[in-house]
Amino acid sequence: MKDKIRIAAGQGFWGDLPDAPVRQVEGGEIDYLMLDYLAEVTMSIMQKQKARDPNAGYARDFVPLISRILPACVERNIRVTANAGGVNVEGCAAAVRDVARELGLAGKLRIGIVTGDNILDRIDDLLARGIELRNMDTGEPLALVRDQIQSANAYLGAAPIVEALNQGARIVITGRATDTGLTLAPMIHEFGWAPNDWDRLAAGTIAGHIIECGAQCSGGNCQYEWQSIPDLANVGFPIAEASPDGTFVITKHEGTGGRVNVPSVKEQLVYEMGDPHAYITPDCVADFTTIRVEDDGADRVRVFGIKGKPATDTLKVSISYSAGYKAVGTLVYAWPDAYAKAKAADRILRARLDRLGLHFDQILTEFVGANATHGPLAGEPSPDLAEVQLRVGVRGNDRKAIERFTKEIAPLILTGPPSVTGFAGGRPKVEEIVAYWPALIPKSEISPRVKVFDV
Amino acid sequence: MANEKWKMENGKSRHLERQSKRFLMKVQLTKLAHARSGDKGDTANVGLIAFRDNLYPLLVREVTAARVKAHFKGICKGEVERFELPNLGALNFLLHESLGGGGTLSLMTDAQGKTFSTALLRMEIEISDDEAAELGLS
Repeated sequence: MKDKIRIAAGQGFWGDLPDAPVRQVEGGEIDYLMLDYLAEVTMSIMQKQKARDPNAGYARDFVPLISRILPACVERNIRVTANAGGVNVEGCAAAVRDVARELGLAGKLRIGIVTGDNILDRIDDLLARGIELRNMDTGEPLALVRDQIQSANAYLGAAPIVEALNQGARIVITGRATDTGLTLAPMIHEFGWAPNDWDRLAAGTIAGHIIECGAQCSGGNCQYEWQSIPDLANVGFPIAEASPDGTFVITKHEGTGGRVNVPSVKEQLVYEMGDPHAYITPDCVADFTTIRVEDDGADRVRVFGIKGKPATDTLKVSISYSAGYKAVGTLVYAWPDAYAKAKAADRILRARLDRLGLHFDQILTEFVGANATHGPLAGEPSPDLAEVQLRVGVRGNDRKAIERFTKEIAPLILTGPPSVTGFAGGRPKVEEIVAYWPALIPKSEISPRVKVFDV
Repeated sequence: MANEKWKMENGKSRHLERQSKRFLMKVQLTKLAHARSGDKGDTANVGLIAFRDNLYPLLVREVTAARVKAHFKGICKGEVERFELPNLGALNFLLHESLGGGGTLSLMTDAQGKTFSTALLRMEIEISDDEAAELGLS
């Protein structure tokens, strides 16, 4: 057994720095590269792409990325875990296989795929059997939005990824797997942790939580002494250096920018936290009130003491559904009296919308530069503000009403308060809203499938 | 009543005023803690982290769920829950019904609640001059 493995995070979200995974592979020693591609509503985008093109429906950037790093991964024995498969794991794996063959690596590696998360075709059956898939936030039954559903996937945990690694996969591609599972699986595979070793599973899960947002634990978006964080242009993405006993060190490659210290790791630990006693994943329930962190030298933080509890008997399901339309229009008003002009423009706009008889589920006005982020906490804006952006958004089910709204923004330039600009983008776009419906499903309903094949 | 005692002067955040026989002092949370915030649906979470271990009990005592609810008046329309993490010197707050529906439904610039962290740091608490000296704040 290795006494230490280094798991590097290469993406904090789909759309993060494109070269970050390459720099993780080339910048120093690592054993695993972990890539998280799936935000909450990403699956619905992929489902739509697949409906148009049966070969699509996965994170396409993953394939050219693999093409860049695969020779080094094979040469230096680096393995990749990625939830890049979206709603077409097989298609993604086939594209990766083609790339590997083009690189002359046929016969030199195995690819593993994990499926079984997609339950879109089973929704009616589940509902008919009394599994209501109630919204975890609102308590409403899924039947309310049955006809609007676009995608439905259960979050799979580490176990099927471990199975693929055990069968020798160099690259493991999943659909909707948890980001923490992508980090935990290599530790279970390497260290042979038991399925009920809750403390160690919780430790690996928390390591995953710390690195899953990429550089957000290594100096990015860090409030603590942010002015002195060095060289963010060259920010180093995080690496979890895990030991068999469940302790780990968060660090980054030498010679990179950013900073890993106790405050930077603490900030990421509390990010998107709910009840800290129960961070629930498919693999275990981690207790954040047991985490201990200490400095372990320059850009190294040691994490230890973590306790876990048994996993629950449900999995979280991520369902996306169409929820109407929205549009946001903006204009910029300049000094003097920028805020007063923007407020006057908002009153005029709303009077015109009323006269047109347009109704929206919601209309929201914000004044960027005055109070868009902190609202009333920002206090009364100074009359000397150099400029204020008027930002008006509307949302509703009537697409025509939203479209009509978009035609009322630009006319304010010639028919409203003076010294206004910022309309070069043209009319606001009407956006279809795909909303997120979190639910729980009994684990017994979901059977993850693992397939491993030679390239 | 407290508000009358602490009238603002030229936007300065710290004031001294005689009350009975001791001095009280206002301290903004920016002097005591850093923070990070995020979202879960229509709920914003704010993690508040003490700069030093000896400041954590002060946060526990002063930054209560009720005070945070009052601070976010007009922004947080639901309950505020608070969880304590003494191991990290941190408090976690859940601000329900704060993000205009949350996720893609929200029309807000900050639909993900990313700036609720510094919005909380605007809060001021009152401590005695003696305690401030003990904690190295004066």
